[in-house]
Amino acid sequence: MELTRREFLKLCSASAVGMGISQLVVPEVVEALEKAAAGKPPVIWIQGASCAGCSISLLNTAHPSIAEVLLKVISLEYHPNVMASSGELAFSYLDIIADKAKGEFFLVVEGAVPTNDNGVYCTMGEKDGKEVTFLETVQTLGAKAKAILAVGDCAAFGGIPAGKPNPTGCKPVSEVVTGVPIINIPGCPSHPDWIVGTVVHVLLFGLPALDDKARPKIFFAETIHQNCPNFSYFNEGKFATKLGEKGCLLQLGCKGPMSNSDCPLRKWNNGANWCIGAGAPCIGCSSAGFIDGMSPFYSALPKELWPKKESEMV
Amino acid sequence: MATQKIVIDPVTRIEGHLKMTVEVDDGKITDAYSSGTLWRGIEVILKGRDPRDAQHITQRICGVCPIGHATASSLCLDDAFKVITPDNGRIIRNLILGSNIIQSHILHFYHLAALDYVVGPDVAPFIPRYKGDYRLPKKINDVCVSHYLQALHMRMKAHEMGAIFGGKMPHQVAMTPGGVTVQPSVDKIASFLWRLRELQAFINDMYIPDVLAVAEVYDDYKTIGVGYKNLLAYGVFPLDSAGKTKLLKAGRYTEKRILTMDPRKITEDVKFSWYKDSTSGKNPASGATEPEPEKPEAYSWLKAPRYDGKPYEVGPLARMWVNDDYRQGISVIDRHAARALETKKIADAMEEWLLQLKPGEPVWAECAVPESGEGMGLTEAARGALGHWIKISGKKIENYQAVVPTTWNACPRDDKGVRGPIEEAMVGTPIVDPDNPFEIVRIIRSFDPCLACAVHLIKPNGEMKKFRVV
Repeated sequence: MELTRREFLKLCSASAVGMGISQLVVPEVVEALEKAAAGKPPVIWIQGASCAGCSISLLNTAHPSIAEVLLKVISLEYHPNVMASSGELAFSYLDIIADKAKGEFFLVVEGAVPTNDNGVYCTMGEKDGKEVTFLETVQTLGAKAKAILAVGDCAAFGGIPAGKPNPTGCKPVSEVVTGVPIINIPGCPSHPDWIVGTVVHVLLFGLPALDDKARPKIFFAETIHQNCPNFSYFNEGKFATKLGEKGCLLQLGCKGPMSNSDCPLRKWNNGANWCIGAGAPCIGCSSAGFIDGMSPFYSALPKELWPKKESEMV
Repeated sequence: MATQKIVIDPVTRIEGHLKMTVEVDDGKITDAYSSGTLWRGIEVILKGRDPRDAQHITQRICGVCPIGHATASSLCLDDAFKVITPDNGRIIRNLILGSNIIQSHILHFYHLAALDYVVGPDVAPFIPRYKGDYRLPKKINDVCVSHYLQALHMRMKAHEMGAIFGGKMPHQVAMTPGGVTVQPSVDKIASFLWRLRELQAFINDMYIPDVLAVAEVYDDYKTIGVGYKNLLAYGVFPLDSAGKTKLLKAGRYTEKRILTMDPRKITEDVKFSWYKDSTSGKNPASGATEPEPEKPEAYSWLKAPRYDGKPYEVGPLARMWVNDDYRQGISVIDRHAARALETKKIADAMEEWLLQLKPGEPVWAECAVPESGEGMGLTEAARGALGHWIKISGKKIENYQAVVPTTWNACPRDDKGVRGPIEEAMVGTPIVDPDNPFEIVRIIRSFDPCLACAVHLIKPNGEMKKFRVV
């Protein structure tokens, strides 16, 4: 009845659709990647004050498919939504794998870290009859990790649960762990290409170049506004004044000028669409200011924050 | 024989943070305690913000069923803004919600629940796992594993459908008070339709047969996890602008009778929840909630919702039962079966709705934030009945609250000490091997709990004057 790894890989290649890691890595690199991942680096993925949306988003990775990511790129040792085991079997395995792969594993943190009242607002599991908080887990595992990937706005910057008045004292990972390299991969949710692309970069080329907010420059160097298909409307001074009108969406509250990400070029869900493509203003969900710096979402940015038209630039 | 305590913490392959404690005497569960272990305070964060932001913020309560929240919030805001969504807007909302329910149901069966019945390969994350009760013949097991992988691809397609109209998934941007921001252009309709047809083939040829195959081999689970036999649905997928008719109507089932549902009869108890006792027993529209993390007798961040004082199970089985689409039984297997058959029903309806879209006609009715107002939006998330309530004053959110499906299902005891539905479904279940308690996790997962949704602060407002059940 038990399925061998070889049999499973066979099933996998029969049903996986599409091959190759597009956009970031050329197809020839795939072989090198598989070789680099031969010892498949262990990944521990934990969730705190989160909605699991970044995990769900990761499942939407198209090339490589999520099956290929799990079988050929990484060894996902712990993930609360995916793993077969439960309870003590699962939770004790977390310590076993972290000690076994100390200094070698990557810790992915999804969700902010509640710190008020000693972190009681989020517990991870029970050890020796005592609840273990997420705060404690992030700190303990973080200290043993090779690097931490703070995936999504909540882990990277605090995100939704850290919105005013931040009732649980939620903090980003970078404020509770020190001494370990941390890469912020924001977005609400984070784009699967940003997550997979960062992992692949680390495996093939080491840590990617980061900006001043510890985000990989390959994905977050430019603003949404710079690459927006409505950019020419903006230059012409043609602004939509209500939903559905043609024109730049700045007056409807678009936060594109404040938001760094390659959404307009990459789009979402295997290229199906993206926010401005659906007629909606950008709400700045990949920005460090999400949500307090971006809400109210449908109110125009103050004029002093508006970008310059091309004709005004010298 | 002494009472044995089994603690499962964390319960994995669900969404969010859940701990389950059961007591076992003579090999049978005699009592159970369900604990939600994360609290974020989303409704506190909503206070004072622009009401239009609620749709964006509340869908981030949950990454698995964001569209349930986006829909409830949009209906709630429509109600408060006194605006009627045009047909195109209503249909596009239905299509985005339908796409998400389909992806959630597929994800639930294959990726969250199936590994309780199907043996995965000997690689992470499929190991470690419980040992023992895996019964499928190797051939069928291998087929199910292959479909596990296929299902990853198909749920991704369902999300692509949602993104065609919603902009992105999870967490779409198109829903807004008065309708949606997106035009139903022909290219969008076509690329949606062809994806939908692939999904319909998957549902008919793989999902439903796989559930039946599991049901046949694990047929003792048709009498395990029964619970109270009280079922509640708010109804979902309006078929006209006023929401008078729906694909799945509202209603409830108790004491072997189908009855109507009146949201004013909902109350929430907190005696065993980490909130102040003074807030207990109120209708969500008039109560209050303040955390008290050190409260000694409490054991969950979930409150205990009751309808007319009684616990009710919500979810696909409740919806299908109330609508006379499924009446085989109430159990672990029946929950999976009703969920699979509902997936087909929704997918088939979506094909019709898609062809009712009228490119070029309005998707949105102009509306503005009122100076003050109240609103209620009732709908169904993938995992059950979902309600949002808002109170607006000075054009800002004065109070906002959500009562979500998993709060109904995974709640702790109420003030009278009556167990929540999942707790009750545990009692009487024989535990064959306490070291590998398959029975407990199979019962829990049949409810498809979503704890990120369930655990948030409810910060209610004054008396509700009117209700809009959509």
